[in-house]
Parts: sequence; C-alpha cells; structure tokens
Amino acid sequence: MAIVHDIDTGGSTPALEAKRVSVSYGSKRAVSDVSLVVPRHRVVALIGPSGCGKSTFLRCFNRMNDLIPSATVEGEVLFHGQDLYRPEIDPVEVRRRIGMVFQKPNPFPKSIFDNVAFGPRINGFDGDLPPRVEESLRQAALWDEVSDRLDDSAYELSGGQQQRLCIARALAVRPEIVLMDEPASSLDPIATQKIEELIFELKERYTIVIVTHNMQQAARISDYTAFLYMGELIEYGPTEVIFTRPAEERTEAYVTGRFG
Amino acid sequence: MSRERAPAGSEHTSPTPSDPTGATRALGASLPNDRRRRRLGTVFLGVCFVATSIGAITLMVLLVDVFLDGIGQLDPEFLGNYASRFADRAGIRAPLFGTFWILLLTGAISFPLSVGAAVYLEEYAPKNWITRIIQVNIANLAGVPSIVYGILGLAVFVRWMGLGRSLIAGALTLSILILPVIIMAAQEAIRAVPDSIRQAAYGLGATRWQVTRRQVLPMAMPGILTGTILALSRAVGETAPLIMIGALSFIAFTPQGLTDQFTVLPLQIYSWISRPGEDFHAIAAAAIIVLLALLLAMNAVAIVLRNRFGRVRSN
Ligand SMILES: Nc1ncnc2c1ncn2[C@@H]1O[C@H](COP(=O)(O)OP(=O)(O)O)[C@@H](O)[C@H]1O
Ligand SMILES: [Mg+2]
Repeated sequence: MAIVHDIDTGGSTPALEAKRVSVSYGSKRAVSDVSLVVPRHRVVALIGPSGCGKSTFLRCFNRMNDLIPSATVEGEVLFHGQDLYRPEIDPVEVRRRIGMVFQKPNPFPKSIFDNVAFGPRINGFDGDLPPRVEESLRQAALWDEVSDRLDDSAYELSGGQQQRLCIARALAVRPEIVLMDEPASSLDPIATQKIEELIFELKERYTIVIVTHNMQQAARISDYTAFLYMGELIEYGPTEVIFTRPAEERTEAYVTGRFG
Repeated sequence: MSRERAPAGSEHTSPTPSDPTGATRALGASLPNDRRRRRLGTVFLGVCFVATSIGAITLMVLLVDVFLDGIGQLDPEFLGNYASRFADRAGIRAPLFGTFWILLLTGAISFPLSVGAAVYLEEYAPKNWITRIIQVNIANLAGVPSIVYGILGLAVFVRWMGLGRSLIAGALTLSILILPVIIMAAQEAIRAVPDSIRQAAYGLGATRWQVTRRQVLPMAMPGILTGTILALSRAVGETAPLIMIGALSFIAFTPQGLTDQFTVLPLQIYSWISRPGEDFHAIAAAAIIVLLALLLAMNAVAIVLRNRFGRVRSN
C-alpha cells in the first residue's frame, strides 16, 4: 500500500480525487489501484521512471484515455465530489473544465490568434474574442512577445513560445484545472525556466497536476509530489517531505537519482 | 553498410599479406571484389536506363505522331462544330460539353461520398473485423475492370432506376468507378494528419465532429483534392463503361439537363478511329490532343496542390 503523508486540503473538498483508479491497455495493466487527492490551487507533481504510468494516470483526470480504444479505466475520479466516469457525464464537458498541455508543443497550423481562439469558438463563446485571447496570452506570459504578430503562423514561434501558446490555448477555455504532461521536456533550459515561472504564477488561479521526470523541476515547482513506480503509487506527500524525508526506500532511491 | 566498413576478416575483405585484417586499408584503395561489384552496379544502372527510355521514347513517338496528324485540324471550328458525316465539317462541341458535364457531375457525386466514407473509416469506425472487411473491399474494388462498373451502371442506373442513357446515369456510373480510388486517397490524407493535433483539439473540449471538421479535414484537404483530381482524370479518359451504358457518339446537341443524352471525348475518338478513311483518323488525332491537354491540365493542378500544401506540417 502507498504511503500517504499529510495532504492539507484547507478543509474544502479537493479539486480532484482519484479513488482506487486502475487503467489497463487490453490485458496489460498500466496503473494499479492509485488513490490520490489534489488540493485546490496547488501544484501536484507526478514523478517516476519512464513507463511507470504517469501519463496514463494523468489522462484519467480529463478522460483522454477514452480516446484510446484498448484502455479501460476502473475506480472513481471525483471532481467537485462527482465521479467523472459516471455514465451520464459527457467527456467533452469534462475536457472543457479540465484542460491539458502535452509533452510536445502541438499548436494548430493556424495563426497565433486562431490557436488561442479555437477553444472559446468551439465552446460557443459569444463574448468578445480579442480580449479573451489577449488575457490568455498574458496569463501564459507570451503576450509581450507576440502582441504585434497575432496573425503569424504559430509554427513561426520557437519551441518554448509554442509551448506557452499551447498553455494560453488551454487557459482560453477558462478551465479550473490544468493537466500538464512533461510540458518542458522538449525545451531548452531557458524556455524550461520560463515555463516553470509561469506554472508558479498560474497556481494563483488554477489547480495544476504536472507530470515530470525531472526531479529538480518537481522539487522547484510543486507543493505535493506523488512517486509512481510500475503503475503503483509508492508515496505521496508534501514535496519537501518526499524529497528530504521519504518514508519509502524506493522513493529515496529515486529522488536521489540512484535508479530510474 | 558501406564496403569500407566491412567487418575485419569478413568475406568482403581480402586481406593482403602486409595487412592481414584489412583494417588499416586506405579509403581510396579499392579491392578486386569491390571493382566487380561496382561493375555490376553500372550494368544494373544501364538496364534501368534502357527500361525507362523504352517507356519514354514510345510515349514520345506516340505523342509526336498524334500531334502531327491532328494539329492541322485543330481550329475554332473543330471545337465549335457538332459531329457530322463529313470529316471536314465534324467537330467536338458535343463531346467537349459532355466531358465537361460528366467531370462536374462525377466530381460533385463522388467527392462528398468519398470524403464521408474516408472520415467515417478513419475517425469514427471502430477498428473491428467489419471495418477491416470494408477496407479490404474498397481496395479490391479499386482494381475491378471498368467494364464491370459499366455493367453495374447499365443494370442499376439505366434500367432499374430508369435513367436511360443519360448524363446522370453516366456520371453515377463513373462516380462508382472512382469512389474507391478517392476514398483511399482521402484516407491516406486523413491518416497523415498528426495525432497530436487531434489530441490538442480533444483536450480543449472539442467533439469528434469539431475535431474532424475544424482540424483534420482542413489539413487533409490538399491531399484529398489531389486524389480527387487524379481520379477524375481517370474518369475523363474512360470509354468502356460509357459504351456499356449506351452513350452515343453521334450527338448533335449539348446536354441541357441531367437526363439528356450525351457523349464524351474518348467515345468520340473511339468512334472516329473505328471508321475507315484518313480524314476521320486526323480529326480523331485532333480530339486526342484536346483530351490530352485537358488531362495534362488536371494533373498539373493536382501537382501544384500537392506541392503547395502537400506536406502536412507537424512538429
Ligand atoms: N496507447 C497505449 N497502448 C498500449 N499501451 C500503452 C499505451 N500508452 C502507454 N502504454 C503502456 O502503459 C505503460 C505506462 O505508460 P505511460 O503512462 O506512458 O508511462 P509514463 O508516462 O510514466 O512514461 C507503459 O508500459 C506503456 O508501454
Ligand atoms: Mg509519459
């Protein structure tokens, strides 16, 4: 069983709560019986060696696993106390409320403006688009760099700018939670630092769950850290505890870089 | 693997007494074995060149022959006149209009059907045995001789649906003929859209239809259009299925409606060629030039489309 340290949800219902979640691809189990609480306006990092199920587990939170035909999800994921996997829940609605940023920047082959405006447009936003786009780009700390070329193709941006554009695009739908799957893993150190600073600012308004295989990054930006190993949650607690006083030997071995 | 890096002691190197392993052999110093292989390569290159030349030269001879025969006949009158019993008064007005209408109608019928089928198969259909059977069937249908489609058209459109030897019956027949080709081209174009784009759109709360309509189709469209144009250019050159459904070659009017009779260029060419007499052969050659020009223009459009937007950008 996983060791779970004190998670302070401030007395309110957590933003997300996974209850005994398991995911299989066909007959192959990728995530086993993981329970974990994500407090509001906090950054939760999922760490662990590659292939341990971090991405798979993250995708449970916005039902992206529904798009993989062989994937089956068991257990409950509570959002505002409601199970996201109840039959009457529409996964499209879930993804509007819980945004996602992917490992590789994946802007649409459109202008910068249209990239950010895509989410509001498909969601029937009937307000004024330009202010919404500007606000989202500002939140993603990209506005100053692109304000005079919103009609340029998104592909003309650097990798780091593209990733911040993808963050802006996710924020433009006004989600409550943002899921990030190794958002900086394909970026250079400076772009990575910008993303990290950005995450730090975003937690004022959003709850963030971030997958990273970079332990320094987890230590720098997260409030809580979950260590997964071979599909199981090994240890979960305040980041400081996980990195300095882990209770599990495997956790300690991993965070000190002795394996993985 | 390059021969210079052949593992020491392997049969590809022939060690010399001073250098038993061949490992320190200089780059420029080729071995006898190498020379033989290089000669083989040259021979093979020659064979390939001759093979290519046979095709290219045959085509050139044919084209030049047709061109010399027909160019003298090619004048505005030839384009503007209807068919006639006299070669010097005969023209291709009817088949030109017929070809134009067939092209338009066939495109209008086959394009939406094919795109719908391709979108269904790629984006919606569950990956099960039924889908696989459909897929195999489409691939096989693309290889069915066109005369078979003519028989189908005759039975279904001309007779059963009572459309007669009409424009619409011809267009429907040709549409069925090229459907599998366009479907497969469209599927390929849709498959070439990176999955990361779909993921991004789904992640923003897009429905399957929104993802398809706003991201996948726009990105796949150049490829789909290229495939459609190439398939249409195949349809424009078809004779057999149209003969089968009873299209005529002696038509002295341009079609005014979908149920009018019609003729097309290849049919007209076929009928003129089958007649005795040099003068009809010459106007047949002139009609061939017109048909070739049309096909070349269509292929040029397809190539431009492919080069302009062909590569789906991803990163
Ligand atoms: N679409 C998929 N189909 C089948 N197996 C998958 C799929 N995605 C991931 N897996 C498997 O599930 C396990 C966990 O993968 P993943 O969640 O991507 O790990 P991580 O993100 O921690 O590297 C791996 O063994 C991987 O091979
Ligand atoms: Mg991953």
